[in-house]
Amino acid sequence: MGYVAVKGGTNAIEASIKRLKYERLKGEEIIEINTILSSMRSMVDQVMSESSLYSPYLAALAIKQAEGSMEEAVFLMRAHRSTLPRLYYSQTVESEEMLVERRISASFKDIPGGQLLGATKDYTHRLLDFDLIEENAEGNQQWLDDYLKELETIEAAESVTYFPKVVDYLREEGLFENYEADNTPPTDITKQSLHFPASRSARLQVLTRGQTGAVTSLGYASLRGYGQVHPTVGEVRVGSLPIYVSHPNEAEQNMEDEFYIGDITITEVESFVPVTVKNENNEQELEFEIGYGVCYGQNETKAIAMSILDQCLEDPESNFPTHDEEFVLLHIDSVESTGFMSHLKLPHYVTFQSKLDSVRQVKKGGHINED
Amino acid sequence: MKTKTQFAFFDEGSKKEIRRAILKAVCIPGYQVPFASREMPIARGWGTGGLQITLSIIGKSDVLKVIDQGADESVNAVSIKKLVHSTTGVELVERTQDATIIQSRHRIPEVPLTKEQILVLQVPEPEPLRKVEAREFMTKILHSENDYSGAWLMLFEQIMKYGRTATGADHPVYVNNRYVMAPSPIPRFDNPKMHQSEALILLGAGREKKIYAIPPFTDVESLAFDDYPFTVESFEGKHCHLCGATDVFLDELADNQTGESLFQCNDTSYCMDRLNAVEKVEVEGSYV
Repeated sequence: MGYVAVKGGTNAIEASIKRLKYERLKGEEIIEINTILSSMRSMVDQVMSESSLYSPYLAALAIKQAEGSMEEAVFLMRAHRSTLPRLYYSQTVESEEMLVERRISASFKDIPGGQLLGATKDYTHRLLDFDLIEENAEGNQQWLDDYLKELETIEAAESVTYFPKVVDYLREEGLFENYEADNTPPTDITKQSLHFPASRSARLQVLTRGQTGAVTSLGYASLRGYGQVHPTVGEVRVGSLPIYVSHPNEAEQNMEDEFYIGDITITEVESFVPVTVKNENNEQELEFEIGYGVCYGQNETKAIAMSILDQCLEDPESNFPTHDEEFVLLHIDSVESTGFMSHLKLPHYVTFQSKLDSVRQVKKGGHINED
Repeated sequence: MKTKTQFAFFDEGSKKEIRRAILKAVCIPGYQVPFASREMPIARGWGTGGLQITLSIIGKSDVLKVIDQGADESVNAVSIKKLVHSTTGVELVERTQDATIIQSRHRIPEVPLTKEQILVLQVPEPEPLRKVEAREFMTKILHSENDYSGAWLMLFEQIMKYGRTATGADHPVYVNNRYVMAPSPIPRFDNPKMHQSEALILLGAGREKKIYAIPPFTDVESLAFDDYPFTVESFEGKHCHLCGATDVFLDELADNQTGESLFQCNDTSYCMDRLNAVEKVEVEGSYV
């Protein structure tokens, strides 16, 4: 009988799960969480960013469990997130307080504070490094020792340097409008579903947790021609930011009494986008606006793409799909898109039977209107 | 860093949030209440809306039945049952009459439900107007202005093209004479079961983040024109090859040997119940 597909589900699932475990174990190698943490930094970063849960340890665990599947690791983290009570909101962080590890500007050569290349793959040649096959601990240790010795010869700064924002420099020149700080409490898209038109805070939240590939694709589409945003990267910075929470029950809030709960590493991008505006005399004028991109960890491509999409969504009048917030925001979430794709594997016997009936009835009777 | 899972998976704050959305949905029959849908341990599109409703309303004394396209043993139904059971420990059943909560994908059981039961339906696309209007912002306005011309036009165009309405599952309904609602892709055959249902019907769309409801004894009417009345799937002259039932939704199967079409109850627990009843009569008969 052709009905086995829906019968014996329990046994089939159990056997399938066993098989899955076998696939993970059959090579008889174990990857430790610490190995993932120290050797797969980019992947850990990307998982944390897409799952909007900052925990390198749990991300590494998810990667291990998911056998390296990005969508699966993100899925695991998001599901775990649903079991955690939301107790606090952190205090606002200013990214000027970032301990910068890398910071570049594509707009100006001489930015206040200078450019800091930091660790980047940008200028590596993408040649497979066959030496890594023979990599060993002693060799690595030797390299580390040499490197640290090299660093000793460099004089350390007396105090921590904070880098000013490139945009502040341009604001002083009057090239950017000075906006009042908007202190409206942000909406929390994980506590309240998206409403349209969405607030900017909601848009940024959806963009920052978007699937890296999806955000990049849509940003690219906009840049290439299906959008009206042509930015120059004003500043990309990567570094860590301290996070504080205030005491939940004290009426009087005092900066001094805030609790430091840890650091997060983020990538932040500010793109400068020229726009035409009308001045008081109804004349057209060129001005700059900022597209903002930010994400957990070091993921510069995503942050830049996000900054483009942020600016696109600020200009909903344009007819390109990349400027349509429902089109962008509702389709870039990893868990949602991969989930709905995979649901097509579920049986659709009833719905298909229903459609079949409809087609048969149409073929049988009814008058085709040929006018 | 091992964390224990909560009763019914969610933290209590999340459950309260979802229950509030459910209460609102019951108060406004057929209206889609937005809620902050949580990510679940099963994939979006695999019943996360229904699952979130079930997990937020379930108590220790509840008895749960889960079906997928009519079958209790379907892989995804089993998977959902396993998840609910492992986080709540509630009793699982297959017999419709024994359950207090029935979570279902694309079917309403053949046995009429009672006021002691809640039917939870999984919904892939809660918006009946999505086919005619892609933007959520616009469909919300259309609902608020009671403007359902798009839904009517869709049916009208089918009549113009095919000489009859050609909807498959998910034929739109009017709820309480106000909101047009997607009944989830239940076959047209099941639409009438929603009308004046004794059981509360809750519908959950996880990916689209909407919850809506049909409270008990609510009018539910399938959209149709006077001269082109609503029709259900036809199984005329067909019957279940196992239990002989004729007035039920049937699955069409191909017999491997003869290649002929066979029909079988889609509702597996209903079929099983009928077979057991026949057997009981036979057994009792043989001992007389």
